[in-house]
Amino acid sequence: MANKRPPFWQREQYTPFLLLLPAVLTLLFVVLLPLLFSLYTSFTGYRLIRPESLWQWVGLRNYKRIFADGDFWVAFGRTIIFLTIALNLEFLLGLGIALLINKITWGQRTLRTIMMFPMMFSPILVGYQFKFVFNDNIGILNNALQALGLSDGAIPWLVDKYLANFSIIFAEVWMSTSVFAILLLAGLFAMPRDPLEAAKVDGCNPWQVFRHITLPFLMPFVFIAMTIRSLDVARAYDIVDVMTGGGPAGRTELLWTMIARVGYDNARMGQANAMAYVSILLSIAFTYYFFTKLLAARKYMGGAE
Amino acid sequence: MAEITLNNVIKRYGKTEVVHGINLDIAHNEFVVLVGPSGCGKSTTLRMIAGLEDISDGAISIGSDVVNDLPPRKRNISMVFQNYALYPHMSVRENLGFGLKIAKHDDAVVTERVNEAAEILGLDELLERTPAELSGGQRQRVAMGRAIVRHPQAFLFDEPLSNLDAKLRVQMRTEIKKLHQKVKTTVVYVTHDQVEAMTLADRIVVMKDGYIEQVGTPMDVFNHPVNTFVASFIGSPPMNLLPAVIKGGQVVFVDGKSLPVPARLAACVTEGQEVIFGLRPDDLTPVGHGIAESGDSARMTLDVVLSEPLGTETILYTSIAGQEAQGKMFGPRNVTPGETLEFDIAMDKAHLFDAASGRSVRVD
Repeated sequence: MANKRPPFWQREQYTPFLLLLPAVLTLLFVVLLPLLFSLYTSFTGYRLIRPESLWQWVGLRNYKRIFADGDFWVAFGRTIIFLTIALNLEFLLGLGIALLINKITWGQRTLRTIMMFPMMFSPILVGYQFKFVFNDNIGILNNALQALGLSDGAIPWLVDKYLANFSIIFAEVWMSTSVFAILLLAGLFAMPRDPLEAAKVDGCNPWQVFRHITLPFLMPFVFIAMTIRSLDVARAYDIVDVMTGGGPAGRTELLWTMIARVGYDNARMGQANAMAYVSILLSIAFTYYFFTKLLAARKYMGGAE
Repeated sequence: MAEITLNNVIKRYGKTEVVHGINLDIAHNEFVVLVGPSGCGKSTTLRMIAGLEDISDGAISIGSDVVNDLPPRKRNISMVFQNYALYPHMSVRENLGFGLKIAKHDDAVVTERVNEAAEILGLDELLERTPAELSGGQRQRVAMGRAIVRHPQAFLFDEPLSNLDAKLRVQMRTEIKKLHQKVKTTVVYVTHDQVEAMTLADRIVVMKDGYIEQVGTPMDVFNHPVNTFVASFIGSPPMNLLPAVIKGGQVVFVDGKSLPVPARLAACVTEGQEVIFGLRPDDLTPVGHGIAESGDSARMTLDVVLSEPLGTETILYTSIAGQEAQGKMFGPRNVTPGETLEFDIAMDKAHLFDAASGRSVRVD
């Protein structure tokens, strides 16, 4: 009796596995299985309204369709342009705001709090708000322009091809500039004062101090913000869907509004999943790019390898 | 390559005045050390010379120009900071050449001057490294190199050695002195360490609470401190300061013991004057263990409380008139605590300060 081996769950060599099991199971069911399932469906003609189509294996047909689909690539390209413009604008505005707030000595905390207000709203509500602002008939913007005599007609902010894209970017920038501003402000707070003074004594004018000392120091913070925001913008859906629904005539269609339409409105889930896998490549590419830049910038500053 | 003149310079932060109208003339190629305890205004003064702090009142001139309103970049000075202040994202070479590049010198000139500075400071091997890959002493050398490549009118040093360990500090101190002998330029050097001040300076400026207490050569400041503050600040261990009263040609301590008034100071004191008797530990030595026989000496029998052997000398803690006093024993032997020794007091080296004002009674 005394020499009887304990049951396996009490043996020491199994303990680590036993303790890891809940986490592994959770990951398996919550992440891995859905991922594999969605990957599988991208090779089927799965339609939401015909569950039996889940077993209809079509091989690479969905992917072939995507690569032949002009609309998809237009949305893909538009997402990249949207991302580039939004990120750069947010960076420049955020940097400006951070530099200004860093300068003031009075009311800094209050301003920092106020600056975060846009982030406190749901993107859906921001979308509705700007939909109202930019509405061509009852919108506050057109009303204001007309009242000031700057325009006599109703400017079709959400209908015109360029203006609609502009309006969406405007809303996106309004909502998220503070992400940059806050991260860059944190960077400015962390910045040592001595190198700035050394540069002044070394002969730099204020612009040169900024260009050669402040900006390189801020770059790691910029790339962190860029990484976060590129993931955010690459999956932009809510604001666009509320403001224009991807319209008019698909002129503001981004990747995820298109994918959602194909998957839910048209019920072609197999096709939508294939699109989603292609567009995830975009996010991975941006993340990888900014992370490489981040590591390089941090290495300069004497940080981690 | 210039004189620096401070004329009644005042610095105020809001309503608080921290530097109270100081006047100082620094000669061409002179090495001047501003020394004082923290908060005495020495760094503020240096930063005003650099242009990193505004001057509230008065005038600072470098060379022949009043620089009050010039930004640092137009003053043609260079500065070495306590935390080195290297540019972390640049290599040593870029750090050294940065100022020259900004001043739009030719690449050839930049390379030449950088190499020249690197050679003077022994940085040749390190040029391609970044500051993160350097030790403290190496960083300090890069900071000095960055200062010398620009051939400025003056070097300003703001406590450059206080982040280094004791051994390196002594080594770098010597290097700074050598550097000044090689690169003849006006230097203003700020430190709280009186040993650095003594060893480096042509002239020492002792500051306290925003005032200049004394300006003079190291030996002058050491041998003729103008007041008790300078007396206790310069010299290690510090000067013993013992309250006493002048009575009948004697310096009478609070416990009634007395010493004769030093002959050279006899004319400077009045009967009944309350004074502070100042004596450096070097001048309080057990009989037979002094540096040299003194012409005017007195003797006192004192109990040794504690001894600190330093090798060539031993510091002896004793008490005179109930006040702790330190003496030195040169050519030391073992001393046991509680031992009673006969001490020589070199009266010709003793100081007397007026008790009320703290100023030396000596009239020059």
